[in-house]
Amino acid sequence: MNVLIRLTKSTLAYPGAEKSLITPQLVFNDPTTLPVISTFRILSPTGALVDNNHSLTITSEKIVDLYKHMVTLHTLDTIMYDAQRQGRLSFYMTSSGEEAVSVASGAILEKHDQIFAQYREQGAFLARGLSVQDIMNQLYANSNDHGKGRNMPIHHVNKAINLHPISSPLATQIPHAVGAAYALKLTKPNQACSICYVGEGACSEGDFHAGLNIAATRECPVIFFVRNNGYAISTASKEQYKGDGIASRGPGYGIVTIRIDGNDLLAVYEATKAARDLAVKENRPVLIEAMTYRRSHHSTSDDSFAYRSKHEVDAWKRHDNPISRIRKYMQRPDINIWSDELEEKFRKATKKDILKCLQIAERTKKPPLSEIFTDVYFDNGGKELQPHLKEQKEELDEILAQYRSWYHLEDYKA
Amino acid sequence: MSVRDALNTALAEEMDKDDDVFIMGEEVAQYNGAYKVTRGLLDRFGERRVIDTPITEMGFTGICVGAALAGLKPVCEFMTFNFAMQSIDQIINSGAKTYYMSGGTQVCNVTFRGPNGAAAGVGAQHSQDYSAWYGSIPGLKVVSPYSSEDCKGLLKAAIRDPNVTIFLENEMLYNETFPMSEEAMSTDFVIPFGQAKIERPGSDITIVAHSRNVEFSLKAAEILKEKYNVEAEVINLRTIKPLDVPSIVKSVKKTNRLVSVESGFPAFGVGSEICAQIMESEAFDALDAPVERVTGAEVPTPYAKELEDFAFPTPEIIVRACKKALYMEE
Ligand SMILES: Cc1ncc(C[n+]2csc(CCOP(=O)(O)OP(=O)(O)O)c2C)c(N)n1
Ligand SMILES: [Mg+2]
Repeated sequence: MNVLIRLTKSTLAYPGAEKSLITPQLVFNDPTTLPVISTFRILSPTGALVDNNHSLTITSEKIVDLYKHMVTLHTLDTIMYDAQRQGRLSFYMTSSGEEAVSVASGAILEKHDQIFAQYREQGAFLARGLSVQDIMNQLYANSNDHGKGRNMPIHHVNKAINLHPISSPLATQIPHAVGAAYALKLTKPNQACSICYVGEGACSEGDFHAGLNIAATRECPVIFFVRNNGYAISTASKEQYKGDGIASRGPGYGIVTIRIDGNDLLAVYEATKAARDLAVKENRPVLIEAMTYRRSHHSTSDDSFAYRSKHEVDAWKRHDNPISRIRKYMQRPDINIWSDELEEKFRKATKKDILKCLQIAERTKKPPLSEIFTDVYFDNGGKELQPHLKEQKEELDEILAQYRSWYHLEDYKA
Repeated sequence: MSVRDALNTALAEEMDKDDDVFIMGEEVAQYNGAYKVTRGLLDRFGERRVIDTPITEMGFTGICVGAALAGLKPVCEFMTFNFAMQSIDQIINSGAKTYYMSGGTQVCNVTFRGPNGAAAGVGAQHSQDYSAWYGSIPGLKVVSPYSSEDCKGLLKAAIRDPNVTIFLENEMLYNETFPMSEEAMSTDFVIPFGQAKIERPGSDITIVAHSRNVEFSLKAAEILKEKYNVEAEVINLRTIKPLDVPSIVKSVKKTNRLVSVESGFPAFGVGSEICAQIMESEAFDALDAPVERVTGAEVPTPYAKELEDFAFPTPEIIVRACKKALYMEE
């Protein structure tokens, strides 16, 4: 027997769940009996469309364009990982295996959209127009770095593409993205959104709850883009949470949610684009959970074979690579927008370009020493130093004048 | 013995001794800790007592405080104290204050430990020294060890201490090795809080430091001896709270000059507190020169090595401060 009684006007409805029906049955909501959320996919690992009738909004030119960004990112990762191993760089994080996730999601963003990233999203920055040279300048903390050499490698910031500085303490970007979305709603209604990239591990932080709940209640135009790559350093996702991934949490906050195949460039593009429409046109926050696999070590400070098998990693390398998946599609005789010759030519040129950027970045002078003291306070438009900062600067100037020969002042921009 | 092994030994010995002691934090079990301080503990004590957590500092700090309120003795590892900012409310409003606010009925024995202060090239959000922050809170005890012996004796004391203890390690010291006395190798070895150690006796000037700056101060003392025939006394504070003011006073009465060294920011810092305490003590009359403070630069720590190098004390800078306090011409 399943009797449900709808509360009528004459009975009072509890304000905390006004639409809840009354039932005489003592039944717990058991998550183990709920259906597992499906994963949206357009393109299979074989290069075939899951549904041949699927209508794509992405153009062929765009696919090639994004493919090139993915290859650039992968080449950059390979070169910089080695550069770090050679001691030419203190730290690096690759996006290996997650190229489609960042590139395709970044590509749908528009001029006023604000980016709040975690760190494994260099692909999105490339797609938004950050140049390889910009990235290199940041990695080498030189005087052309937009962050003035103040941040660890990978912690990019760039005003031109509305990329807010990457913050080391995890998940702090979530409430920030919501706040920025709220500001956009007030100042640029129905024109722009913010996107918040976050790893499945960082979703365990309290900031995740705070951010999603406020985004829903204040109806903020924000896309929560979760990269679920199976690991948070050594912690496997099955030890990170017990529920159905991160996607299952969205509906609990009243947020429209989708789980997508993150290794499928087309699915990431189309889903993020549709999500942006919901956010911008209807002021609805959206949660996207992109399923992928972190093929690299967490960072150059990590050796992941201490906690996962080489066999597992190799299987992903061989059987499902987001780059080769879309390439298979592009080189299908019926699609034919890419070829082996183009591939070879592009890879060669890209490698050469990146190495050149690296050399330039390495040779560029370090930020001026006087910049140690600037930008701590925004007094007088940032032009005036507080007395105690001025005092520190004068002391340093004195020391440098006195011990000139001890310091390699020629390495710094004057 | 390396500092890392000393910490590991202290944890293992206390877990052996007392089943109520357990360790919790990100990556402490399977991965042996972000800096391998908990190496081997999972194999030895099992999942019940060596617990990996999801990434939620606020969450697992609260859980540790709760477990302590229920009578257990958790050791909570932070990957770095910079991330403990996420859980500052649990540490201070819940951890430090509950015993007092419960009218002395609710004890909270928890040890928060992890690397603190600057490492190398990890930027502003990984480089802050929190000694002064925690040092200002009634209800907390704050430890900042230097050597392997310090680490072993003080961590064991922290775990046994029935209060909330903040145990501030230093990433750059983990690999350093120090000789261990026979006494320090014993499982009964504990160092009481509030007792500074004279690492190098001297008669001309007192240098007070903690953690890694003890090393820099000792180097500075060598330079002072070699170049200027100055005998510096170097005091290793060991604990920030309680602060061993009597030892500093005693030393200053002998040397008449004082320099404090820390990696924290200058304003409202450990050095500021030392200056104030000396001013209020009988050592004030013994001073022949104003106290000099050597501190981290008052800017968020920059990443680029070439900039970061200018942001923290070095032996040369300590020598310079000492010369100033000794009224020596530059
Ligand atoms: C507050 C905080 N706690 C811990 C860390 C250390 N940490 C850096 S990255 C990371 C793992 C994050 O995993 P996830 O969110 O899944 O992202 P992924 O690395 O897989 O891209 C951890 C624990 C940190 N940076 N900040
Ligand atoms: Mg992850």
